[in-house]
Amino acid sequence: MGWAVNKNDDTAIAASQTEALSRYFARAVQVGTAFAKFVATIAVTFLGLAALTFFIGRVVPIDPVLAMVGDRASNEVYEAAKIEMGLDRPIPLQFVSYIWDVLNGNFGLSISTRQPVIEDLIRVFPATLEMATLGIIIGIVIGVPMGVTAAAHRGSWLDQVIRTVGLLGYSIPAFWLGLVGLAIFYARLRWTGGPGRIDVFFDGMIPPVTGMLLIDTLIAGEIDVFWNAVSHLVLPATILGFFSLAYIARMTRSFMLDQLSQEYVTTARVKGVPEFFVIWRHAFKPIRIQLITVISLSYAGLLEGSVMIETIFSWPGIGNYLTTALLNADMNAVLGSTLVIGAVFIFINKFSDVMYRILDPRARS
Amino acid sequence: MSNLLDIDNLTVTFPTNNGPIDVVKGISLSLGRERLGIVGESGSGKSMTGRAILKLIRSPGRVKADRLSFDGIDLLTRRERDMRAIRGARISMVMQDPKFSLNPVMSVGDQIAEAIKTHQRLSPSQVRAKTLAMLKSVRIEDPERVLGLYPHEVSGGMGQRIMIAMMLVPEPDLLIADEPTSALDVSVQAQVLDIIDNLVTSKGMGLILISHDLNLVASYCDRILVMRAGEIVEECAANKLHAAQHPYTKGLLASMPRIDEDREWLPVFERTSGSQT
Amino acid sequence: MIISKQWLLDDAPKSRTQAQLGRLYVVCLQLAHNPLAVIGAIIIGGLIITALFAPWIATHSPIAQDLSNRLLPPSSTHWMGTDELGRDIWSRVVFGSQITLTIVMLVAVIAAPLGLVVGAIAGYFGGWADRVLMSITDIFLSMPKLILALAFVAALGPGIENAIIAIAITSWPAYARIARAETLTIRNAEFVQAVKLQGASSTRIIARHILPLCTSSMIVRVTLDMAGIILTAAGLGFIGLGAQPPLPEWGAMISRGRVFILDQWWVATMPGFAIILVSLGFCFLGDGLRDVLDPKHGSE
Repeated sequence: MGWAVNKNDDTAIAASQTEALSRYFARAVQVGTAFAKFVATIAVTFLGLAALTFFIGRVVPIDPVLAMVGDRASNEVYEAAKIEMGLDRPIPLQFVSYIWDVLNGNFGLSISTRQPVIEDLIRVFPATLEMATLGIIIGIVIGVPMGVTAAAHRGSWLDQVIRTVGLLGYSIPAFWLGLVGLAIFYARLRWTGGPGRIDVFFDGMIPPVTGMLLIDTLIAGEIDVFWNAVSHLVLPATILGFFSLAYIARMTRSFMLDQLSQEYVTTARVKGVPEFFVIWRHAFKPIRIQLITVISLSYAGLLEGSVMIETIFSWPGIGNYLTTALLNADMNAVLGSTLVIGAVFIFINKFSDVMYRILDPRARS
Repeated sequence: MSNLLDIDNLTVTFPTNNGPIDVVKGISLSLGRERLGIVGESGSGKSMTGRAILKLIRSPGRVKADRLSFDGIDLLTRRERDMRAIRGARISMVMQDPKFSLNPVMSVGDQIAEAIKTHQRLSPSQVRAKTLAMLKSVRIEDPERVLGLYPHEVSGGMGQRIMIAMMLVPEPDLLIADEPTSALDVSVQAQVLDIIDNLVTSKGMGLILISHDLNLVASYCDRILVMRAGEIVEECAANKLHAAQHPYTKGLLASMPRIDEDREWLPVFERTSGSQT
Repeated sequence: MIISKQWLLDDAPKSRTQAQLGRLYVVCLQLAHNPLAVIGAIIIGGLIITALFAPWIATHSPIAQDLSNRLLPPSSTHWMGTDELGRDIWSRVVFGSQITLTIVMLVAVIAAPLGLVVGAIAGYFGGWADRVLMSITDIFLSMPKLILALAFVAALGPGIENAIIAIAITSWPAYARIARAETLTIRNAEFVQAVKLQGASSTRIIARHILPLCTSSMIVRVTLDMAGIILTAAGLGFIGLGAQPPLPEWGAMISRGRVFILDQWWVATMPGFAIILVSLGFCFLGDGLRDVLDPKHGSE
C-alpha cells in the first residue's frame, strides 16, 4: 500500500476527503458483513446444538411416552399418547417441531418443579450471572497484572510462582476447592457466609427486580441484606475468580512474551523509553484485543464452572438446577439448561470473534 | 580530541545446548564523528555488535568487554536506569524492517512524539511542531496526514523514513543503522540512504552502517570493517577496498556480480575453516 | 549394535530407527533441563507404578469395611485415615489411581485417533469434505464441554464407561483442529508431491506420511488435556454420574466425604490432593513437552 507523496495541495485535500468517505463506507460494509457472518454462524452453531440435544433426548433409555402414561396404561392409551406427543411422526418432522418449540422457549415441563422449564431458567439464571460476573472481575483485575509481571520477569522465581499458580488453576477440582474453602473460611474462621445466596433469616425480604441480589438489595435500600449477600457471594465468586485468573494470567503471560520479543519493543528501548512504559504502552497495548477474546472465553467458561461450584454452595443458579435435574433424570430440564448455557456460550464465543475483527487496527484497512 | 566510541575486546556470548557460543569474539574498534561501515554475512556478529553498544543484549545473552566507552562515559558500569538517558538521546538505532520495528497499534505521530517527550519537556504544540519538522526533513511532503496514520498504512520506504525521523528527532551523537535498507524495494533504497547520509553529515554525527552489501557500505562510509564469524578480519578506508588483503574480503568482492559480467560461474565461498554451524 | 551417545546424536543417521531414537534422546535431554517437566514426569511415572502395583502398595483392602474403625484420623496404621465405613483411605486412593489411569488412557485412545483422522481427512481432501467435517468440529468446539458431557451421561446412564464415552465425544474436536492445521501445511510439501507421483494412494499418504508428522503436536496437546480429562471425570464422579460405589474413584470419594468435611476433613481432602498432584503432573509434563516439541508456541 503506497501513498503518492507528491501531490498538489488542493487535489490532495479533495482526494483525502473522498478517500475518507470511501474508507468510511468500506468500513460500514465490512462491519455489516462481519455482523451478517456473526448471525449466520450463530444460527448454524445453534442449530447444531439443538440437533445434539435432540439426539441426546432420543437416545435416552427412558421412553417419554411411558413416562407420561405410566406403565399400566393399555396399548390404545399408549398409542394415543404417542400420537398426541407427535412421536409417531418421521424424525425430521419431529426435529422441525422441536426447533420450533425451542425458538418459542418451550422446553416442556420439569418433572421435579412441575413448572415450565423456561420459567425455572429465567428464575435461576440471574444468580449464576451475578456470581460469574464477580468472578470474571476478580480474574481480570488480578490475572492480567500477574501475567504481565510474569512475562516481564521471565525465568525469575516470581515467574515460576505465577506459572505454578496458573497451572494449579488447571489442576484443582472446583468442587474440592469449594468444599475446602467452605470448611476453612465459613466453618472454622467464620469470615464468610455459608452456602446459599443469603441467610435464611432474610429470605424473601427482597422483591426481585433484576434477580441479582447485590443490585436488588440496593434498589430496596436494605444495606444489611446487601452486606449479607456479599458475605455469601464472596467465597464462591473468589473461587470461580481463581480459575479465571489462572487462565487469564497464563494467556496474558504467553501473549506478553510474544510481544516482548517483537522488534518494536526493542525500538522503544532504543528510544530510551522507561521499562514501565515499554511494557504497558508498547507491549501490552497490542494484546488488549487478544485479551478480549480470552476474557470472553473465560467468562463463558465460568458459566460452565458454576455447575460444580453451585452444587457445593447450594447456590440457586442454573448449574445447581442442572445437576438436580440430572440426578432426577428430569430430561426436559437437563436439555433446557444445556441449550441455554450452550446458547450463551456460543454467543459469547462468536461475539468475541467479531469484536476482534472490528477492534484490530490492522484489520481495519 | 577523544573518540566518540571506544570498544576494546568486546565479546557477546549466548548459551546453547552444546555449551556457550561466542557470537562476537573480542573485537575492538574506535569511532570518531565519521561514517563507519560494518560488513559481513548473516551470523557474522555485526548486528550483535550494534546492539551490544546500546546494551540491548537481553539475557540469556552476555556481554563482556575490557572497555566500552561512549564520549567519555563508561557504558559497562552504567545501570539500566542510566542507560535510558543515553539511548535515544545520545545513541540511536535504525532497524531493518519498519514493518516490525514500528508499533502496529500506535499512530506514527504518537511514536515520534514519544521519542521527543522521553528526553525533553515540551508543550504539546512544540512537540507537534518538532515532529512535523522532522517528518519534513526526511522528505515526507504531507506530514500532517502521515501523523495520524498507523504503520500498516504506510509503504516500506515511508515507514523507514518515519523510523529515521523518530530516531533522529532527539538529535543523538551516534546513529547505528542496522541493515536499514535490506527490507526495502531496490527503488527506494538509495533514497533512504541519502536521507541518512544528509542528516548525519549536516549534524556532524557519527554513523555505524551495518550491512551485508559491500558496495553499498563502500559508497556511503569513510571506513569499513569486515566481520566474519564474530571477528574483524579486515579494516580499511572505503576507497581502498580494492586493495583489501584478507582472502575473505577478496572472496566477498569476487562473488559480487558485475553489470559487464563475463564469468560463467560466480565463485562461492569455501567454508572449510571458521564456518559456523 | 551399541547404543552410544555418539550413535544417538549422529548428524547423519543410517536408519529410520536410529533417527527416531536419536530424536527421542534429544527430546529427553532437553526435558531433563526443565525442572518442572522432570517433576511432571516423576509424578506420571509414580502414577503408573502405583496403578500397576496397587495391591502391593496399598496397606489395606480398598473395599473391606471395618465399622469399628470408622472415621479415624490419619495415623501410622491408616496413613490417610479411614472413611465412614472404616475403609482405609490411603488404600482407596492407591487403587483409585487405576481408575484414573484407565479413564485417561481410554479417552486418549478414543479421542486422539478420531480427531487425528477427521482432521487429516478434512485437511488433505479440502473442499466439501473439509467444510462439512470442520463445521461439525466447530459446532462441538463452541459448546461447553462439561455441560455436554453431563448431558451425554444423563442420556446414557451413569457409570464409568459412559463417562469415558461422554468425555471422549467432547474432546476429539480440538484434536481435529490441530490435525487439520498440520495437514494443511504438510499437504503441499514436496515430499508429499513426490510420494503422490510414485502413485501412492490417498490412504497411504495420510496414514504413512501425514499422520506421523502430526503426532508430536498431538502428544503435546493430549498431555496438556489430561488434567482437564481427570477433572471432568472426577466431577462426574462427584455428582454421582461417573464411577459408582464401591469403586474407589477419587471424585466419588470426595462426594462421600462431603458430609464429614467439618469434623473429619481428611475423608474429602485426601482424594482431592491425589487429583491435584496427578493433574499438575500432566500439566508440568505437557508444558515441558510443548517447549521442546513445539517451540513456536513455546511456554504459552
